[in-house]
Amino acid sequence: MAINRDYLGRAYELPEPYEVTRVKIREFADAISDPNPLYRDPAHAKEAGYTDVIAPPTFPIILSMEGAGQAIADPELALDFSRVVHGDQRFRYSRPLQAGDVVTCRTTITDIKSLAGNEMLTLESEIATTAGEHVVTSVTMLVVRGDAPSGT
Amino acid sequence: MTTVRYADVEVGTELPERTFRVRRSDLVRYAGASGDFNPIHWSDRVARNVGLPGVIAHGMFTMAQAGRVITDWVGDPGAVVEYGVRFSAPVVVPDDDEGAELVVGGTVTKKLDDNQVVVTITARSAGAKVLARSTAVVRLP
Repeated sequence: MAINRDYLGRAYELPEPYEVTRVKIREFADAISDPNPLYRDPAHAKEAGYTDVIAPPTFPIILSMEGAGQAIADPELALDFSRVVHGDQRFRYSRPLQAGDVVTCRTTITDIKSLAGNEMLTLESEIATTAGEHVVTSVTMLVVRGDAPSGT
Repeated sequence: MTTVRYADVEVGTELPERTFRVRRSDLVRYAGASGDFNPIHWSDRVARNVGLPGVIAHGMFTMAQAGRVITDWVGDPGAVVEYGVRFSAPVVVPDDDEGAELVVGGTVTKKLDDNQVVVTITARSAGAKVLARSTAVVRLP
């Protein structure tokens, strides 16, 4: 089913600011088996010029997926979740997220198009501190797979 | 701690290739840490029902592993200015002790101003190219 084009530009905000913590960063670093000390040792991170441990480059997906989840769950958008797959993903960083950051995430639908029977939905999430400092932009393209042609 | 310097890098410089193993237990752990509990990453039944050969890795797990080639090379993950991938084929993870193998490589494909370089990343699993058009922009000292 085609995604309603009227929703281009629609935006979703996190219900409340997200606090980046040392514990969550360590949990995420453990989950990707990455021993980098900048994710784990505050003293090491401070020596490298950071205020606290930094988060791995793909950590912001936790926030942007939250926004994408809101879009997918939006009844007016009429997405079939069981057909949604991640097509591509890009991050643009002003700096890494650090423990102690309190950030907001605003996810906007920036593109909707059809290609080869699939619908492609592009979402752009702006992650910034509550003071308004840009940290990272996450661009997520989701593919909503079309119905398989009959007989295949 | 960063050992790679802009002046020492040329177009064509290769980053050390890395091989990662991806097991079911890794996917369970990643699901918990990331909050992505899509059952295609832990249930063969659900994965097959939607036409997949079996449980597949989270694309973002593959992206995280592939990023290691960059961050281990530069030392400081904060040097990454931009990182993007296209998920071109799934990493199918069998329910056994070996799991799947993911082989990741990187090559410097462009030197930019401002001490930045573009690295093009390749990732293969079971003979399939699992990432395409994958690049990172990294700032070097």
